[in-house]
Amino acid sequence: MNNSLSQKTTGMFRFIGLGFLEAPINLIQGKETKKNLSLILKKIVAPLVSFIFFIGVWQTGSQYLYNKEADYRIEKARQEQGDEAALLMKNCIQSGDVSCQPNTLPSPAQVKVSFFKLLEDHRLISQDKKAFKEKTAALNAQRKSEGKSIITYTGRPSFVDQIITSIKTVFAGFLLAIFIAVPIGIIIGLSETLRDSFNWLIQIFKPVSPVVWLLLVFMIVKTLTKDSDSDSSFIISFISVGLCSMWATLVNTTMGVSTVDQDFINVAKVLRLGSFQKIFKVILPSSLPLIFTGLRITLSVAWMVLIAIELLAQSPGLGSFVWEEFQNGANDSNSKIIVAMFIIGIIGFLLDRIMLAVQNVVSFNKNAGN
Amino acid sequence: MAYLELKNIYKSYGSAQQKHQVLQNINLEINEGEFVAIVGFSGSGKTTLVNLISGLQKQSSGNLLFKGLPINGTSHERGIIFQNYSLLPWLSVYQNVWIAVKETFPNKSKKELDELVKHYLDMVNLSPASSKRPKELSGGMKQRVAVARTLAMDPEMIIMDEPLGALDALTRGNLQDEILGIWEKNKKTALLITNDVDEGIYMADRIIPLLPGPNATLGPEFKIDIPRPRDKTALNDNPVFKSLRNEIIEFLMEIGNDNNIASDDRYDLPDAEPKDLRSEFQSKLTL
Repeated sequence: MNNSLSQKTTGMFRFIGLGFLEAPINLIQGKETKKNLSLILKKIVAPLVSFIFFIGVWQTGSQYLYNKEADYRIEKARQEQGDEAALLMKNCIQSGDVSCQPNTLPSPAQVKVSFFKLLEDHRLISQDKKAFKEKTAALNAQRKSEGKSIITYTGRPSFVDQIITSIKTVFAGFLLAIFIAVPIGIIIGLSETLRDSFNWLIQIFKPVSPVVWLLLVFMIVKTLTKDSDSDSSFIISFISVGLCSMWATLVNTTMGVSTVDQDFINVAKVLRLGSFQKIFKVILPSSLPLIFTGLRITLSVAWMVLIAIELLAQSPGLGSFVWEEFQNGANDSNSKIIVAMFIIGIIGFLLDRIMLAVQNVVSFNKNAGN
Repeated sequence: MAYLELKNIYKSYGSAQQKHQVLQNINLEINEGEFVAIVGFSGSGKTTLVNLISGLQKQSSGNLLFKGLPINGTSHERGIIFQNYSLLPWLSVYQNVWIAVKETFPNKSKKELDELVKHYLDMVNLSPASSKRPKELSGGMKQRVAVARTLAMDPEMIIMDEPLGALDALTRGNLQDEILGIWEKNKKTALLITNDVDEGIYMADRIIPLLPGPNATLGPEFKIDIPRPRDKTALNDNPVFKSLRNEIIEFLMEIGNDNNIASDDRYDLPDAEPKDLRSEFQSKLTL
């Protein structure tokens, strides 16, 4: 009983991509000590060493850039204002005064500080929001009964809010991509004539850059939403994300549907399945693995272009967070940008893991039927 | 009038310039209730012939008549058992048979269909595996599912395209008996395509060799006058079986040889004397 339970847990771990935790768990349970020790060395110690190496390179690099920038500042002060000013500048830099800090690649420690600062900021804003909600609750209820629009919190969004907005946008874009690419891919895949007639369109639009898609969507949405005064930046960014990322799914779905194993087609013919049955019982199941490979690429592309699109469209989210921090130029802006970079990377990684798990569930062994 | 009739069938692939003739001048008549085997080398166009009869492909010229009517596409009246099983891997064993009977008998109730599926799975001894996926089955079990799927559609004629070719000898023997048993019970017309002469003689009433392609055509037929049920072990000592087998194999070999004689070049091998190493090894062994 206990054994089957632990087997289930390790299976779960492997499924969600935490397979490296298997070895220490087994070790704690006292199973196969020697094998698990070497597994720990390989799966945990080695990545840890490379992580430390990474931090080391980063630290050294940022130290070098910091010194270079500081030297430049002192030298500039000397040339423009004389030796005294240079000395003042040197002392100022050494004292750690915010006003004269060299602005360059932040060190790991600075990034860590910024990370916790951002969390603290989020806590403060959440408190503020909650207080605002409590304060306006009665008023809003009254306004609602009177048929007026309710008062909403319009303060600055926190870093966590930006992350959530970004994830919402990417999922909206991803869903849009699914709803456009999968049905069209199936229809095009089924007919060679349609494939031939739409191939040029796919081939030409596939390599178009996210920036251009954004501008195109902007042109259209701007005109369509002329009458309403609602904020269209979310609509613009999620549609752009969907249009940029859907091509992988479209191409893969088309390919999956058009290259169903001849054996399966023969079975469908011999059983004399109707076209509805043939599509849903034979063609779609057999192309599911390829469709999901396409969806996985689509989601990762969607996340990648999202940041660029938010950055340009000025719609809220991680992209605009990065852009605002860059424009802001405060002395911790650079480290906040690096924090955002890591968050973007980690979320992208997690999204990919989720899709991989889904893909593993739906795909079957292709040669199993033969 | 014969049950299945092939008259002057030609089949070629490719364009007019690069024509690849696969079958030529195929003439065949099969009567109702008969078990006919076609034997031939691999690559001689056997599968093309099966595809034509089942309606998966169309002949280039000639007439294909089933019960007096030209064959136009597939039909539930002609069931086919494929060489590579062709089960749908995303469906369970039960569902693989279910999808076939549901299509064949759209008017039957769910309960009747369920009974039908269970009956045929039982017939091929696969009831315990009915919820398994094809990838969990052995080759023999997969082919039994394919047999059940075809039989469950209750076809009037069963076409088998090297159904047992990929199986080991033991499973093969068992399945041969199972298929024969089912055929004898229902007295359906059966066409077996095989590359195994013994299998053909054991199972069929008539054997017709398919001469190797390109331009494959049917050879003279061999009637098998061995009373049924045939006993596989006793068959090996049966003089009719032995002479038939020799005749067919000789015939096929001769055709094969005719095709293979491409060059009369002679190669002289070096005249080497083997060296006697015994004394050397003996001295080593004594060490």
